[in-house]
Amino acid sequence: MNPADSPDRSTPVPTTSRTVLTGSDIERVLTRIAHEIIEANKGTEDLVLLGIPTRGYPLAQRLGQRIAAADPDVKVDELVGQLDVTMYRDDLRHGTSRTPAPTRIPGGGLDDKVVVLVDDVLYSGRTIRAALDALADIGRPKTVRLAVLVDRGHRELPIRADHVGKNLPTATSEKVKVRLAELDALDGEPVNEVVIEDHA
Amino acid sequence: MKHLLSTYDLGREDAVRILDVAEEMATVGTREIKKLPALRGRTVATLFFEDSTRTRISFEAAAKRLSADVINFAAKGSSVSKGESLKDTAQTLEAIGAEAVVIRHGASGAAARLAETDWISSAVVNAGDGTHEHPTQALLDAFTLRQHWARVKGVDPLGTGLDGMSVVIVGDVLHSRVARSNLWLLKTLGADVTFVAPPTLLPIGADAWPCTINYDLDDALAAGPDAVMMLRVQAERMNAAYFPSTAEYSRRWGFDDARLAMLDARGLDDTIILHPGPMNRGLEISAGAADSPRAVVLQQVSNGVAVRMAVLYLLLSGDH
Amino acid sequence: MTSTAATETHLIRGASLLGGEPTDLLLADGRIAAVGDAAAADERAQQATVVDADGLIALPGMVDLHTHLREPGREDAETVETGTRAAALGGFTAVHAMANSNPVADTAGVVEQVWSLGRRSGWVDVRPVGAVTVGLAGERLSELGAMAESRAAVRVFSDDGICVHDPVLMRRALEYVKSFDGVVAQHAQEPRLTEGAQMNEGTVSAVLGLPGWPAVAEESIIARDVLLAEHVDSRLHVCHVSTAGSVDIIRWAKSRGINVTAEVTPHHLLLTDEKARTYNPVYKVNPPLRREKDVMALREALADGTIDIIGTDHAPHPTEAKECEWAQAAMGMTGLETALSVVQHTMIETGMMTWADFARVTSTTPAEIGLVADQGRPLAVGEPANITLVDADARWTVDPEAMATMGRNSPFSGLELPGRVRATFFHGTATVLDGELNTPRTAGEWA
Ligand SMILES: [Zn+2]
Repeated sequence: MNPADSPDRSTPVPTTSRTVLTGSDIERVLTRIAHEIIEANKGTEDLVLLGIPTRGYPLAQRLGQRIAAADPDVKVDELVGQLDVTMYRDDLRHGTSRTPAPTRIPGGGLDDKVVVLVDDVLYSGRTIRAALDALADIGRPKTVRLAVLVDRGHRELPIRADHVGKNLPTATSEKVKVRLAELDALDGEPVNEVVIEDHA
Repeated sequence: MKHLLSTYDLGREDAVRILDVAEEMATVGTREIKKLPALRGRTVATLFFEDSTRTRISFEAAAKRLSADVINFAAKGSSVSKGESLKDTAQTLEAIGAEAVVIRHGASGAAARLAETDWISSAVVNAGDGTHEHPTQALLDAFTLRQHWARVKGVDPLGTGLDGMSVVIVGDVLHSRVARSNLWLLKTLGADVTFVAPPTLLPIGADAWPCTINYDLDDALAAGPDAVMMLRVQAERMNAAYFPSTAEYSRRWGFDDARLAMLDARGLDDTIILHPGPMNRGLEISAGAADSPRAVVLQQVSNGVAVRMAVLYLLLSGDH
Repeated sequence: MTSTAATETHLIRGASLLGGEPTDLLLADGRIAAVGDAAAADERAQQATVVDADGLIALPGMVDLHTHLREPGREDAETVETGTRAAALGGFTAVHAMANSNPVADTAGVVEQVWSLGRRSGWVDVRPVGAVTVGLAGERLSELGAMAESRAAVRVFSDDGICVHDPVLMRRALEYVKSFDGVVAQHAQEPRLTEGAQMNEGTVSAVLGLPGWPAVAEESIIARDVLLAEHVDSRLHVCHVSTAGSVDIIRWAKSRGINVTAEVTPHHLLLTDEKARTYNPVYKVNPPLRREKDVMALREALADGTIDIIGTDHAPHPTEAKECEWAQAAMGMTGLETALSVVQHTMIETGMMTWADFARVTSTTPAEIGLVADQGRPLAVGEPANITLVDADARWTVDPEAMATMGRNSPFSGLELPGRVRATFFHGTATVLDGELNTPRTAGEWA
């Protein structure tokens, strides 16, 4: 998740940590979301998945692979892209300066497409607000949907997800950590899990 | 990063970061909407004590692409020419609301003075100070070189330096802030730098620099450099006995058609030619060389905007 | 005022003369009246003000051959009054006021004006330096004889700030001053080699892009001048020697018997051109700060006598002259109130010199060069009571704001240094007591 999405930016040593999604749980919910996306779109036509860095992108890749598996006409690299929102954030004056990640839009552009934004954790909603602004500077999709692995509540803006892997009631003192094998490792081993750390 | 004053103090991590951010900024220039909201409501002042329309408009374009407001202050014909001090001028700009001051000044160290005194608290960007440094020029040169080097190597430029690249810088090193800034930055990024100049236009003390010094351009070109950067010869040097005549300078240190042909003959197809501009065609560079496909002068100019966007963004974002 | 005797008679108890065994000194009638057991036993001691000098070192009052007092003309930078207060606090009892005032001290009128301002202030002996050439322009000789014969009795002549670069003019000046045993103090700087020069030319200037002031511009002039001095058999004084090469040339000249003396500033004994990396013009000075190698050569030369004296080159400037870009800034540093500490730090604490050597380079020899008859004398009965009491064990942090000079341009700001002047006696008057200004000597009371 994006650190700035959390109102609490400090990172003290967690006092407790519990797993809320295991690797196989993540696989299962992504398969479900992939089917939901195809169903909502009535197929795969005009579909574009844009992952929001950092962990939204590997999630979008995994969803894309599932969609491609369901429809042999779909190629993952024509379906999945990455949308960096750094320059659109409303908190650029705080914390350390962020290095933007590349934005990669699949070949056909975004005009009149159905764009599914993919992120790991939906929290304040500010990242998605930035993503919507970033989208508007790139093209004019027909529809924009939102898919997230976890919705932990505490919205600060009127934003909701269309596809949610797991609704997770949390306290603001808690941190939701998403670890994906593409990016994360524990003791040298790639790891897939969602854990809640409590810093209370 | 609080200020950008020189490349001498710029570490590799920061330098690569600026270039990486600039890569993203460069893509904005290819979009239909060439604007990012990152510095909305922020104010950038350009404070130019020397005329340099090119550098000023490059910074102005960079600031505006990031949605910042820009105040332009040209010192000529203003209160400064009537004796107002650098301190008073800078404090005035800050009182108007400037949060970053981009300063071009004829005195070496002027930017450092603004940054290191308690006169103002704004971020300071050195846009060229005397014969000291011109760090954003070096960054745009490095950016241009890195894109070329990545293409040659067939890799993504992001995160990379200039390791293994050989760059020859030719001309008035003594008075060149561009040469100094490039030396430190290119070295930091892993390139090998050779200075080629008449001995009169190399500073005493340059023997301690981390570069090779060669008085012979043909010899340096024969080594097959990956890039050749030609420095501008300032008109005022011509009358100060640094070299006997412009014709002799041109013959010995100019990038002329014969030298261009020599690169072709040696099969050095990937050797590019850079020039910080404005060019003295026929003096340090021939029209043939300046207009050849090897010349990346216009890429340098457009990369300048991306690099300056990156610098302004990094200086004005985050806590300070 | 109470009785003259009470204010002007002092019994200094337990001072260590030049760092030797503690002893007593009785100062009366402007002279050292008694030394040792005889001091307290003297009947004048009964009425004397007792100065407890336990742990303090007694030195002959320091004599500066190179001070810029700025008056007349630049009273915004310094006046004779403020500059001489600074001098007294720094342990000096005489200063030579450089000629580059406005108007330039190139006539008997101006040198007498400076001389009488000094007399009126009464903190130290102010000895005006006369300009070698009219208006420091380097074109024709000033009326050197008139200045020598004036009440100021000028013996030191200098265009300091500017080099007397015309070899014929320099030759004539060296010859002419022989008629009254004067000395030409040369600011050695070849002008063409230093056009626009901002700092030492070397590896640091190469990085900073500041136009260089090459060592050869100093050394070539010194080489020429010592040969000229030899040729015309005159005496030459070299101001603020700053390079190892200059030291070599002077050493060679002395070995040949050439009548040359040389001076080094405290700042050239401590600071290097590395300081310029800050671009803070407080480090801008002429001649510029040099390399570590030069600093070490200067210390050795001072210790072995190749360099004869310390000259402060005290050069106060108003704040705005330094609150600007390096190239626009004025050259010069204050030095009167830090000289003793810097020399103690660089020469005595390093074991290169003793306090007796210190007395030689800060008092005896500069007085000899400037022909200041009643200064730089031994601490002995009958001698003029020009004495400085120093607490060599004290340590202090330099704060330019706390100084008596109007100049805030001390390059030592923030530095912790050893040694503080506790008292200065100027012809028996305690100008400084307990480390603070006490009272000036009233004009007309000394010869
Ligand atoms: Zn001088």
